[in-house]
Formats: sequence, C-alpha cells, structure tokens
Amino acid sequence: MAEMWINMGPQHPMTHGLWNLRIKVDGETITDAEPVIGYLHRGWEKMVEDRRYPQIIPMADRLCYGSSFTWSHVYCMAAEDLMGVEVPERAKWIRAMSDELQRIGNHLMWLAAIGPDLGNLTIFLYAIREREAFLDLFQSLCGARMTYNYCRIGGVRNAAPPNWERDVLRTLDYFEKRLDEYEDLVDRNKVFRMRMEDLAPLPAKEAINLGFTGPTLRASGVKYDIRHNDPYEIYDQVDWHMCTADEGDTYARYRVRMDEMRMSVQIVRDILKKMPKDGPIRVKPPRTAPAGTGFARMEDPRGESLIYIASDGTDKPFRVKVRSPLFVILSGAKVLLKGYKVADVPSIMGMVDVCMGETDR
Amino acid sequence: MYLDIWQFLGGLVHWLLVDIIGAFVGWLGFHGLEGWLGSPGVLNFVTILLVALIVFVVGMLISITLIWQERKTLGRLMDRRGTQVGPIGLFQNFADGLKVLVKEHIVPEAADSLVYNAAPVIIIGTSLAMFVTLPYSPGFYVSNSELGVLLTLALFGIVPFAVLLGGWASNNKYTLIGGMRAAAQIIAYEVPLLLSVVGVIILTGSLNFFEIVQWQQENIWLIAPMIIGAIVFTISMVAELERAPFDLPEAEAELVEGWGTEYGGMRFGLIMMSEYARGFVGSSIITLLFLGGWDMPDFLNFIPVGLWFLLKMFMVFGIIIWIRGALPRFRTDQLLHLGWRRLLPLAAINIAIAIVFKTMGWF
Repeated sequence: MAEMWINMGPQHPMTHGLWNLRIKVDGETITDAEPVIGYLHRGWEKMVEDRRYPQIIPMADRLCYGSSFTWSHVYCMAAEDLMGVEVPERAKWIRAMSDELQRIGNHLMWLAAIGPDLGNLTIFLYAIREREAFLDLFQSLCGARMTYNYCRIGGVRNAAPPNWERDVLRTLDYFEKRLDEYEDLVDRNKVFRMRMEDLAPLPAKEAINLGFTGPTLRASGVKYDIRHNDPYEIYDQVDWHMCTADEGDTYARYRVRMDEMRMSVQIVRDILKKMPKDGPIRVKPPRTAPAGTGFARMEDPRGESLIYIASDGTDKPFRVKVRSPLFVILSGAKVLLKGYKVADVPSIMGMVDVCMGETDR
Repeated sequence: MYLDIWQFLGGLVHWLLVDIIGAFVGWLGFHGLEGWLGSPGVLNFVTILLVALIVFVVGMLISITLIWQERKTLGRLMDRRGTQVGPIGLFQNFADGLKVLVKEHIVPEAADSLVYNAAPVIIIGTSLAMFVTLPYSPGFYVSNSELGVLLTLALFGIVPFAVLLGGWASNNKYTLIGGMRAAAQIIAYEVPLLLSVVGVIILTGSLNFFEIVQWQQENIWLIAPMIIGAIVFTISMVAELERAPFDLPEAEAELVEGWGTEYGGMRFGLIMMSEYARGFVGSSIITLLFLGGWDMPDFLNFIPVGLWFLLKMFMVFGIIIWIRGALPRFRTDQLLHLGWRRLLPLAAINIAIAIVFKTMGWF
C-alpha cells in the first residue's frame, strides 16, 4: 500500500474533542504525524480582555470541562498575585481539597476515555459511575456539577456544607475499593498490558526537551510536580509524596495516574484532618487592579497550568495568557506516534488525557 | 422421538396439494393439472421451500434473541440495564430495525457501485446460507450432508473476502484499512480453527454433524478429551465472527466504523443482523462439536431436544459476550502472534492427543 495521509478528526471517535490529527501511514505503520489545532478556537484570551476580573472566573471554569475547578483556581491565584490580595488560611485548605477532588474526578474521566480507546466499554461505564460520586460531592459543595464558579479572588464562595467531612470520607472509602476493582480489570488483564506496555516510551531527556509536564513527564522518571517544587496554597503542610514511574511508556503513564488518584485520596484525608474548622473564607478584593503583572502556576491534572495577567490599571485585564499543558504535549504527537501502528493512535493519544477546551482556548 | 420436519412438512404438502387442491381441481375436470400437482417433483419442491422458510425464520428469530441477550448481558456486566423497550427490552431490536429501514439509502459518489452493492449481498447471503447445514435436533434440520462441518467452515471463510471487497469499494481510507485488516486477520485464525476441528474428525471419524453428535451420545462429550481443541476453536471462532476482542476490521476507536463506515440504512442493519446470524451458527458449531449437541442427561428428558440444544448455544454465546465485556481489542500484529505462535502449536498438540486416543482405542 502506498503512503497516505489520514485525517483523524476534527470529528472522529479518537479525538476526545475537536481537533485534527493528521497521520501519514504506510500500510498500518505511522511514518509521520501532524496535530492540527484550531477547530475549537473560541478566542478565550481575547474574550476575557473585555470582562472585569470577577467575571472571568466562570470563563476560566469553561477552559476544561473535566477539571474546571483547577482552572478557575489558577486564574484566581494569578489575579490575587496581581492585586496583592492575601487569601485567608481556611480558604487555602478548602481550595487544595477541591483541587484534589477535582483531580480524582478528572482522572476518572480519563480512565473512562481510555476504555473505548483500547476497545473495552466496561471500564468506561465503571469510571463514569464513580465520577458521579465526586460530581455529587461538588454539587453539595457549590451547587454545580461541571462548571463550579466556586473559587473567588480572595477566597472561595462559601464554606463547606454541614456533614461535608462525613460525605467526603464515605465517598473516598467507597472509591478506594472501586480503585482496586479497576486494577483487577486492567492491570491483571494480559490484553490491556499487551496494548499498553512498551508503547511510545519516552526517555526523560526527550520528555523535558519537548516541554511535557504533569503525569506524562513523571511517567518518564522526572521528579517534577509543582505541588512539590513550587508549593502553592498549603501543599507544603500536607503529608504526601510524588508519584513517578521510570519506564516512560504508555503503561507507566497509566500507572502514574492511577497512583495519583490514590495519592489524592490520601491528601484529601490529610487535609480534612488538618483543616481549620472556622475562620474567614474570603476577603474582598479591590475592584481595579494596579498596573503591573500577575502570575500563577499550579499542578493541573494534566500538567503545569499557568496564567499570566497584564494589567493597565483598569478593572479589566489588558492581556491574559494561558499556558495549557496539553497544547505542549500534543505538539509532541509526532515523536510519540512515529513508528507505531494505526491501532496505537487512540491508546497513545488518549493516555495524555486530551481536553481541547484548554488546548485551543 | 419427534417427527422429522421433512416428513411432517412432506405429509402436509401432500395432503394440501393432492387431497385438497388436487381433489378440487380434479372435480373441476382439470386432470392434467391434478396429475402435475401430485407429481413427486412438485411436492418435493414445495416441501423444500417450506422447510427453508421455516428454518430461515427460526434462525432469524434466534439471531434477534442473541442481539437482545448480548445487549442485556453486556449491560449487566457494565452495571447498567441494557435495552428497555417492551417487556424486558425484547422489542428494542425491532424498533432499531424499523429505524434503519426508513433511513435513506446512500451510495458514495466515488465508490465502485457494483462491488459496493455486491459486498453486503455476499455477506448476508453466506451468513444466512449457513443455517442450511445446522441441525437443531435429530428431527429439525435442512440438510443431512456427509460434509456438513466442512461446508459450514467454508461458508465462514467467504465473509472476510466480502469485507475486503466492500471496504475497498467504498473508496474511503478508513474502510480500506478495515478491509485490509480483515484480510490480515483471516490468515491468523483460519488455520488454527480448521486444525482444531481435525482432532474431532479423527476421533469421531466423520464430517457429519449427526454422526459427531451420535458419537458423543455413545461415548463422551468431546470437550473432555479435546479441551485444548475446544479452547482453540472457541478463540478462533470469536476471531472468525469478528467480535470483540478481535473486531479489528471495525475498530471503532481508530477507524470510525471500520470497513462498514460508508454503509448506512438497512444495509448496515442487515450486516449487523448477519453478524449475529454468524454468531448463532458459530456458537451452534461449538455446541455440536464439543458440547454434545442435543445430548442431555437422562433425568432431564422432559426438555425437548431442540430447546436443550438452543440452551447450550445461548450459554456458549454468553461466554463470548463475557469475553467482550472483559477484554480490550487486540492489535493486528498481536492477533497474528496469537494465531501463529500460540493457537497453532496448541491445535497441533490437540491433533496429537486425538491420534493417541484413537490409536490406543480408548474411545
């Protein structure tokens, strides 16, 4: 068969969103790949230039449907940096706890998505079922299930409802049992292992050079996690450790994410133990920001997310720049895919947890 | 013993054509027509038509039930309910059939319309033709051929060829890759599939389904001595049916809908239907060759033999559904690896075991 270009996307079952992966195949073997991003471009960075600072929070939620809290969180941190607002202690703990619950929910979404990618629908429905429990937690926390609009510049919107701690602990106990079940279904399944092991291994040096962050980088054996290397909020007071793997292949990426879910469970339990039970949760931010720049970065479920705000002294930002972890990772598609089969495309690209909302912005 | 379907329908047709219509025509005075209606050729032809019609309808109904069984079982495995239309979801398939029936019939402009239209005909035709060789019970069958096993397996081999043709003719890159995968896949599983049957043939000394079942009734269900062969045959049969985890030609994750991407409307519906018809035939072959067909323990004699056979067949298909619920899809090279380096040696070992049993005269 002669070589040909195949457009996988913009509307294709592999893509988890709207983007176009062009691959050049020789028979079944991929010889070249080119990600084409821009189909879902909404002009997010331009849109927010016409909104006042608090109005951008729900916009930041919509950067990614899977991990909307972390995006509004990183935006609020950048705005606080710009305005010089000091967040109350209790709000920091609540934010970190919501971050970790969001991380579990997002990783469950990822676990659900790789099931159909590999050709098994069972794991999809199992993971979605457990994600529901975490969506219910968020619903009782802030009333919304997907886009929370919960973080505020200078704190969070409201304190946790009564019985929150009991509900969270129950959910985590239930979830840990289910996590064992998933590992029975996937890790002890020879065919899953065959599809994932030795697939697209990436040495640490190359992963760093490509600018990868997050679980994809840690799977290559690089010990880099913003929560550890540049602790924000209260992560330096929590008992946790970084999850890494050495192999750098698809299975290692899978393992790191599964371990991170367990680690998030541990972090949430620790936070509930150490969290101050009363105190202010919010301070009032100024309406206009001083001229200057604000900057914040944090560990998104997908990698390092970063927001940079430039202000000209009005109540609207002059320019907002979003650094999406996935935009960088997708640019490595050619390196990841070259030499593998067409059947490996969904498993390799699905394993980095594609979310186009934050990538295209 | 139940009445043979051929004897029953033959008697019915004779009564209808000779005693009712023939007598009436004779009373009118058309003695030539009466003689023609009563001639053996006409009686035989009408009987064949009736038997074929009944077996076709029964086979299609069982195939629809298999779709329902799959949707329900898979739903339960995935912690959901499955189909909901009608009592215990039984009418969902008819609703789906009605839906695809009213869809527009589109042929892609750049497709080779002759081959594009011919491929589903070949697939559906050969799938339904396999009902012919299948005995449900000693009295319910269409043909009692000496080479029934061989004929059924040969008919199975035609479908991947038609898949390749259809995928190629659709003039779409996904369908082309899907069709090529079907061609690559047939190399992987066809040889172990046939070799694992050889053990059965050696022990029973026959290629006739009735004689194989009779041998098992007299001796032992073949799954006991031929356990390796049964496993190899089941795995190869799942690949032959192109069901998960071997549904490479229609890998929906990377190839949209695989070779069938460009087939819509009732063509899609009938192709799906014929997949389950083949699923029915495949499970039936496993039942007949390894699980004793309609053979049952004596204390269960009150169950009709045909129903007992179908119960076993549903059980075998249930296992195939379970495999689908538990495993992800193989890759083409992994399937070739599995076929040639795992299943083929096992099939050879199975033949050796069969030869040992035969020469020692244990069975």
